[in-house]
Amino acid sequence: MIKTQGLTRRFGDFTAVREVSFELQEGQTLALIGPSGCGKTTTLKMLNRLITPSAGKVWVNGQDISQQPVVQLRRQMGYVIQDMGLFPHYTVAENIAVVPRLLGWEVRKIKARTGALLEQLGLDTGAFAQKYPNELSGGQQQRVGIARALAANPPIVLMDEPFGALDPLTRQQIRRDFMELEELRSKTTIMVTHDIEEAFEMGSLVCLLNRGEVQQLAPPETLLQSPANEFVADFVAEKAAQLELRSAKLRDIFSELPEAPPLPGNALPLSPTLPLLRAIYRLAKARGEHPLGSTTYQGQQRYFTLSLLIEAFKNNLQSWAN
Amino acid sequence: MGELITFFSDNQEKVMEQVLEHIGLTFISLLLAAVIAIPAGIFITRRPRLSGGVLAFTGILQTIPSIALLGFLIPILGIGLKPAIFALFLYALLPILRNTYTGISEVDAAVKEAALGIGLSKGQLLRQVELPLALPVIFAGLRTATVINVGVATLAAYIGAGGLGEFIFGGIALNNATMILAGALPAALLAIIFDQLLALLQNTNARKLSKAGKPLLLIIPLLSSAYFWPQAYAPGWSAGFPPEFMGRPDGYQKVVDTYGVDFTTTILNNALMYKAVYESEVDVISGYATDGRVEAFRLRQLEDDRHAFPPYYCALIMQKKLAEENKNLTEALGLLEGRIDDSVMTVLNYRVDFDKISPEQVARDFLKAEGLWRADQKQGGETLIIGSKIFTEQYILVELFSQLINGYTDYDVDTRPGLGGTKICFDALRNGEIDLYPEYTGTGLQVLLNPPQDTLEHIITQPDAVYRYVSREFEAQYGLKWLAPLGFNNTYALMMREAQAESMNIKSISDLIRQQ
Repeated sequence: MIKTQGLTRRFGDFTAVREVSFELQEGQTLALIGPSGCGKTTTLKMLNRLITPSAGKVWVNGQDISQQPVVQLRRQMGYVIQDMGLFPHYTVAENIAVVPRLLGWEVRKIKARTGALLEQLGLDTGAFAQKYPNELSGGQQQRVGIARALAANPPIVLMDEPFGALDPLTRQQIRRDFMELEELRSKTTIMVTHDIEEAFEMGSLVCLLNRGEVQQLAPPETLLQSPANEFVADFVAEKAAQLELRSAKLRDIFSELPEAPPLPGNALPLSPTLPLLRAIYRLAKARGEHPLGSTTYQGQQRYFTLSLLIEAFKNNLQSWAN
Repeated sequence: MGELITFFSDNQEKVMEQVLEHIGLTFISLLLAAVIAIPAGIFITRRPRLSGGVLAFTGILQTIPSIALLGFLIPILGIGLKPAIFALFLYALLPILRNTYTGISEVDAAVKEAALGIGLSKGQLLRQVELPLALPVIFAGLRTATVINVGVATLAAYIGAGGLGEFIFGGIALNNATMILAGALPAALLAIIFDQLLALLQNTNARKLSKAGKPLLLIIPLLSSAYFWPQAYAPGWSAGFPPEFMGRPDGYQKVVDTYGVDFTTTILNNALMYKAVYESEVDVISGYATDGRVEAFRLRQLEDDRHAFPPYYCALIMQKKLAEENKNLTEALGLLEGRIDDSVMTVLNYRVDFDKISPEQVARDFLKAEGLWRADQKQGGETLIIGSKIFTEQYILVELFSQLINGYTDYDVDTRPGLGGTKICFDALRNGEIDLYPEYTGTGLQVLLNPPQDTLEHIITQPDAVYRYVSREFEAQYGLKWLAPLGFNNTYALMMREAQAESMNIKSISDLIRQQ
């Protein structure tokens, strides 16, 4: 889907990014993380050519992006930034409609899409569509920013510290809502964050950078279990407990789950690679319809209830403490 | 206040004309400045290295005193509309340029980054994001420029471009406060009205403003064209008259009354009108008979065949008491009696205006040639102050008299040349701010005395009778003494280009009327 090779950027004598290479499949999320000044934002901006690489290439669906018209390239990549950057003279609806309008969508289609996105992001269309950005809270603005990035259905979404400007509580909520967005599952997302918990919670791959160089590029649990070098080990050590919990997946407790449904009802099917915390969240949200959930791993199906998941999570915590 | 209302109702057409011209001047230059400065302002946001230099340059333009700027432009652009527009244009550049630059630079960097990031082209970023967001600031710049231009446009009258400055300059020349107010008050009102209208636009939100932008694009050219409306209905000959001539009872009004003629008048100052008629900016001017430029610019004086103008013999006037107590002063001043005839005065004027010799040098050369010159006595006596009106001939006369006083008496002399028009000099003399100045009999008669109609008709054709009348009346009414005339008659005369007059066979003002 998206691939980089030897991506390098120099500013004068200073090398901000050195030889970054990665490849992402459709539906994957890459979290770029590292201390400030490590080159994560520069790397991101080279993907939509806001910054031109000094060396190296980026391919999207096998096509070299340096050969594409830059405007077309960006219109197929959603872009969300920390400071939102909503157009202050446009209403919420107009902000969301910017790219569809540039692409020449019909008015009716734009309106339907805008309404649907607002709804999905938990903003009431009637109440918010005609408001101006300065009438919204920070969290609401960021939801609109996300809606704007997704409006034209881009296959790739780039996010630069998308939740960085929000207070912890709002941040948590928006992150959850964001991850639960149905349409996001088919998208390839690259996000920059300085929050390692966020990286572990959201990234299917984590890329840890330091001084412009990749330290390790791997699924989150790999960084914990087999850090590539001392820097990675140090970087994850401080929050190892939280990270462990965040990276624990359904399949990690698969053997503890019953083979038969413990109670009657319609089971919510969840992926075995879903982090435990998110499984708890999803099931809690769907409790009315689905009193229990199920998952299939290596051809076997297992069932679980919410209390069972929470119990397993506690045990996991215990075993980590020992 | 009553006087002002009367003035307005008496001069309705003229006021309307000047207001329209004023609006036109303001907005033509504003339009030009906006067309140049807004794109330039946008450009320098793209080339930040240029911005400092460009802003500093327009800032320097702004600091040039407006009268001086107009003066610089005359040799390049002549007189009238062109230099006026150009000067106003230069003054309007800075506020528009600076505000465009500031407005666009201040658009939130995050908004710009997001706009580019989601795929706006640079043009779309400018049109859809930067300009709409900068619009209130750009409008503030336009507003500042408009107010500056309404003010500076009053100076346009100085170089014959019309506008409300005509009344102001006329009022200053005639020391007529009502007339000054008649120009200043509408100018101030225009400034306030435009300022408020633009403030209204500025404070509506950017979205509505962009919508209002289109009608505005129509309104500004419309307002700009206001300058030309009065001219579309202009009757008769085009004439350039100095402000004093326009306001004096023996000036324009007298010509109109005597000959029943109608001109399309432009106010021009004395220094510019000869060149203006020479260059066909106007066809008729009210020149002075002894002016050196009459010949140089090949102008024909039209005969005043119905005696609209009285004789204008030149003589010094001073306090009677001063004259009587200082016989030796009056004797010294009397040395020039009858020595300067029309042709002599014309030559003296020519040497200053064309040969660019200083009035002081011209005066000394003349006195030496006449055998009258004496070195400065320098005896440190009392100081006499000689004043004059604001044209070449008077500057020369001031020098002649001051050199005579220095050479023949123990008075010291202080000169105040170019005080202003007749009223200003006369009032200064009466108040004792000056001790003497050269005046003309006809001016004394009609501007300062204004005798009954039958007396006027009786004496107007006889130079001696006019001199006797003003001598007697000045002594009786003001306690001022007229010394003996110098000999020349610097009458007002309507003048036109020799070639044009010849081809149309115009010799007198009556001929002029017939050709109208």
